[in-house]
Amino acid sequence: MSVLATRPDSGPSATAEAQYVTCTLGDAEYGIDILSVREIKGWSETTALPHAPDWVRGVINLRGTIVPILDLRARFGLGLTATTAMHVVVIIQTATRMAGLLVDGVSDIIAVAAEEVRAVPEIGTSVPERLLAGLIPREGGMVSLVSLDNLLNLPDAETTPAQ
Amino acid sequence: MSFDHLRATYFEESAELLESAYAQLSALAEDRADGDTMHALFRAIHSIKGGGGAFGFTRLVGLAHVMETLLDHLRDGSLASTPDRMALLLKATDALADLLGAEQRDEAMPEGFEKGLIAALAAVVESPGRAMKTGLPATALTPAATDGAGWRIIFRPHAALFRHANEPLLLIRALRALGPVSVSVDLGRLPGLEVLEPEDACLAWTLDLAAPVPRAEVEEIFEFVVDECDLTIEPLGRTVTEAVDAPSDAPPMAAAPTAVPRTEQAAAVQSVRVDVAKVDRLVNLVGELVINQAMLVQIGNAVPPEACPGLVAGLETLSQHLRELQEGVMAIRTQPVKSVFSRMPRLVRELSAQLGKDVRLVVTGEATEIDKTVVEQLADPLTHLLRNALDHGVETPEVREAAGKPRQGTVHLSAEQRGGRILIELSDDGRGIDRARVLARAKERGIVAPDAVLTDNEVDELIFMPGFSTAAVVSAVSGRGVGMDVVRRNIQSLGGRIAVESRFGQGSRFVLSLPLTLAVLDGLVVSVGREAYILPIASIVESLRPRPQDIHDVVGRGQVLSIRGAYIPLLALHRAFGVADAVLDPSRGIVVIAETDHAGRVGLLVDDLVGQHQVVVKSMEGNYGRIPGIGGATILGNGRVALILDVAGLAETTDRGAATRHAPPAAAVLH
Repeated sequence: MSVLATRPDSGPSATAEAQYVTCTLGDAEYGIDILSVREIKGWSETTALPHAPDWVRGVINLRGTIVPILDLRARFGLGLTATTAMHVVVIIQTATRMAGLLVDGVSDIIAVAAEEVRAVPEIGTSVPERLLAGLIPREGGMVSLVSLDNLLNLPDAETTPAQ
Repeated sequence: MSFDHLRATYFEESAELLESAYAQLSALAEDRADGDTMHALFRAIHSIKGGGGAFGFTRLVGLAHVMETLLDHLRDGSLASTPDRMALLLKATDALADLLGAEQRDEAMPEGFEKGLIAALAAVVESPGRAMKTGLPATALTPAATDGAGWRIIFRPHAALFRHANEPLLLIRALRALGPVSVSVDLGRLPGLEVLEPEDACLAWTLDLAAPVPRAEVEEIFEFVVDECDLTIEPLGRTVTEAVDAPSDAPPMAAAPTAVPRTEQAAAVQSVRVDVAKVDRLVNLVGELVINQAMLVQIGNAVPPEACPGLVAGLETLSQHLRELQEGVMAIRTQPVKSVFSRMPRLVRELSAQLGKDVRLVVTGEATEIDKTVVEQLADPLTHLLRNALDHGVETPEVREAAGKPRQGTVHLSAEQRGGRILIELSDDGRGIDRARVLARAKERGIVAPDAVLTDNEVDELIFMPGFSTAAVVSAVSGRGVGMDVVRRNIQSLGGRIAVESRFGQGSRFVLSLPLTLAVLDGLVVSVGREAYILPIASIVESLRPRPQDIHDVVGRGQVLSIRGAYIPLLALHRAFGVADAVLDPSRGIVVIAETDHAGRVGLLVDDLVGQHQVVVKSMEGNYGRIPGIGGATILGNGRVALILDVAGLAETTDRGAATRHAPPAAAVLH
């Protein structure tokens, strides 16, 4: 926890360059702030949660902590991920919550200068915009930065009607 | 240690000191006082004042100071402790608590809040009785005080002095503020360097104070160390022989302190202040160990015994030790209920004054220990019950007299451990529940059918029903929109139950039954499709496989199970949670009948019973959120997460959705 407590000071705004873990969903690449990434592990069976949206795949036991697993593909409205042992879960920790993001794979760690990050255009992405924090043009493609705060803003199960 | 941290510690300690002050005050009021009671009270107020001064809480210090003066007179006998004075001290302690609370919240009590009290206290101190002060003790002191030479103080700290954060140098400096002091040190107890314990106090001092000050001023300086040293204070010039004796005294002195401080140290080390977060981490770790052990046992069972002799026995020992370790760690989290009980006398005092009633509160079993979280969350429901007892229960003195009861009402608050639970009882000898009126009101509000016939117990239970507002008897004291249903819900959220017994005209008795801890629970593991759920054993009545003819469809209410003439609503877990591949036919699955306080009994349809386990409860709320019908989660022996059912919540949520219960949930895949 103490490591995380220092995060706001060393965040992207303090340094000109930030590092992102890039992961893949099909052909698309998504970037996750490396300072929020706690660990990367293989997919394991989850315990389903009742009354949860379909992109909440359930919870797992991460050394004694109960961690919800979110299907990033389903969260972006691109359909449920058909999980295999090759799928990867990126465990992220924000100031308030811990969660796992189910992705197809993790490909790289990239260092990006703050000015390289472009704003998300109003239209033209298939992902609900609030879930993206920016876009980084790369050779032969583009990395979309995931807005973890908005992503982890889980609906309180009580206020969401059961699916 | 930061300033904020110190501040927090001060408030924490002050709360404890106040608690102790209240305890001493009630001992004094009930004639249970012994010689130490007044001293302990004085020390508590003095310590609050001392710390308060350091933080610049001047108003608090002002009040504490006059209290201290009064207490000083009371303890040296120059003022007698009368009930009036005790009542005044109680009031002043209440005000001190208020001032402390205000400082803690960074607020200010209204200007002049404590003025009246300070004046009243000062008036007592200056009262004619005080003449004794200059009269009686003075006779004893006069010869010494007037010979003018001053005092010889022989100060021999016990070895543990430094460990209790006392510093002789500060005392000597304080003494020097009174007048010129000559100091000689006695090295008689100083051991050789090779055996020197650097944290032990080995030196002793003879301090000659050449100033004609009252003995009390000297004593005040040593106030806090008086229990941790051998202190002699005598008039200067009379003690030549004793002073000469002192060195020869030294060897026995050196031997004696080893005996005395031992017991004192033991007393001091009995409690350690630990951050709750640290204890919780331990609790969590032990929880992990328990899970780990369960996994090992599973693996061990798969190994043929001859392949690995000793494994089974080893695992068995491991389980035993773990259970003990778990109990030990859980015990750290427990706290005596005293911390919440001690708030009640004040409430009773204030309320009975406000309501014009004469009520005595008798508290027993306050040393009973219970999980800290439970203790903290007990305050609200208990306050509410007590308010009710005073407002609706106990009658005014006149009414009581007319009914042939003593004018003073008695409210009894007790706690005891029984089995794995704590029972807290609150009884009063008031008018009891007026069943006819309760029933009439319930019918009026449509809580029960107009033609319903209820047993006495059932009528008593009605007061816990939501919507049973006591609007006609609302007063400033109770009936602030918080009903007994909220009390019941609070108790339930702690995993407890509440029951009432009442005899009209003779009083009521509320019994709260609470679990010892919230961190572990005995659970029944049930399976539904591929999922496993935990049902708290405490809520289970029985389980059975129903016969097909016992299952009935009721329009709009789903299915009910008839058992021994009663009809119990059936709640299919697979349907409530949208689990696929579950047993759909109740007569092929198992129905677990569970007791809920709100919805009565419900039958939960599951596929099968898997086993009984003690499970470590983990919160879902931190990383996810609240899920209706789910009380928490735990980790099974196979490392997987299982959800713990909250039967009452489950019954409630499915009740809400009763109309749509028959529509298959969209997410469920039915083959």
